Amino acid sequence: MNQAIISAATEGGTNPLVPNPWEMLVVFAGFALLMFIVVKYVVPMFEKTFAERAEAIEGGIAKAEKAQAEASAALEEYKAQLTEARTEANRIREEARAEGAQILAELKEKAAAESARITAQAHTQIESERQAAVVSLRAEVGTLATTLASRIVGEALSDDARSARVVDRFLADLENQNAGVAK
Amino acid sequence: MLLVILSVVIIGTFFVIAARKQQLVPGKLQFAGEAAYSFVRNSIAKDIIGGRDFMKYVPLLFTLFFFILVNNIYGAIPLIQLPTFSHVGGAYVLAAIVYVTWIAVGVRKSGLKYFKLATVPSGVPFYILPIVVPIEIISNFLVRPVTHSLRLFATMLAGHLIIMISGAGIEYLVMQENVLLKGASVLVLGGAIAMYMLEALIMVLQAYVFTLLTAIYIEGALHADSH
Repeated sequence: MNQAIISAATEGGTNPLVPNPWEMLVVFAGFALLMFIVVKYVVPMFEKTFAERAEAIEGGIAKAEKAQAEASAALEEYKAQLTEARTEANRIREEARAEGAQILAELKEKAAAESARITAQAHTQIESERQAAVVSLRAEVGTLATTLASRIVGEALSDDARSARVVDRFLADLENQNAGVAK
Repeated sequence: MLLVILSVVIIGTFFVIAARKQQLVPGKLQFAGEAAYSFVRNSIAKDIIGGRDFMKYVPLLFTLFFFILVNNIYGAIPLIQLPTFSHVGGAYVLAAIVYVTWIAVGVRKSGLKYFKLATVPSGVPFYILPIVVPIEIISNFLVRPVTHSLRLFATMLAGHLIIMISGAGIEYLVMQENVLLKGASVLVLGGAIAMYMLEALIMVLQAYVFTLLTAIYIEGALHADSH
């Protein structure tokens, strides 16, 4: 084998830079054929696939963006509705509170009026009863006193006017005394 | 030379099958194909040629990259062990295709003025131009295709040679009577494995570099007025 390599290296003293025409022809033909296959089939098919893929991805992105926009629009709407509902609820609550306060005030007022009325009525009744009692007492006490006095004195105090004056003065004294005690 | 045809069959079949299903959610094969295609499309064509008109050049760059890649990888496959571009002819052909392409792109873009744009840099004082213009002509139109092809050819040939030489070296050492010399073959084997790994890396790298330079040349031709 060594001999073969050595003889091959020195054979005819060929210059390695001088090409073999058949070699050139075969390489050229092979390259041309491959180039033809590449231009005709390989590149168009790959480029088509790339283009389709890019389109699919971009289409997907567009779709996703649209969905996103729709979702955010819906969110905005819901938020608006929520705000509106909250405002409404607040308004209703405020109204209810105001109404309640008003009702309470009215009731209080009514109760106060009622109690005042009852009190006043009671006062009036008491006053009139007292008055009646005073009148009846005055008459009775007068009669009793006169009767008593006439019995004691032994004579009829016929002079009505005088006796009435005496009784009145006596009662007035009595009242004054009572008032003093009451004080 | 059969290997070149085989590479065309391998690449064509793989990518046609991978691309054929066209599912939006790719399977394993389709995903691998798409990753490979996107690498050339985005990392080379789009990044270098730029956003608007890179698509026109994707087929060329894609074909170049995988054609060179598979033909290089042959050198790392046992029994085949021969990168196509360790013969200079194939490298010349590809470099010539690229050469014609970028000049055509430049001429179509700027007309014959393109040659002036490519050789007379703007903003250089006129008294330096007599020096700069010949340098530009030589570097752009003469040296560029040569380096472009020889870079690929030389790295592949060197890699191929070094693997072969270490193989022959191991064989030679094993045949020796001396036990120490026999044992030394293990060291050579270790070195050969390391070189094999390095070569595998360079095979991929050179395919990338060749395609990248093609993209850079096309970009330069497209935007000659701004260079």
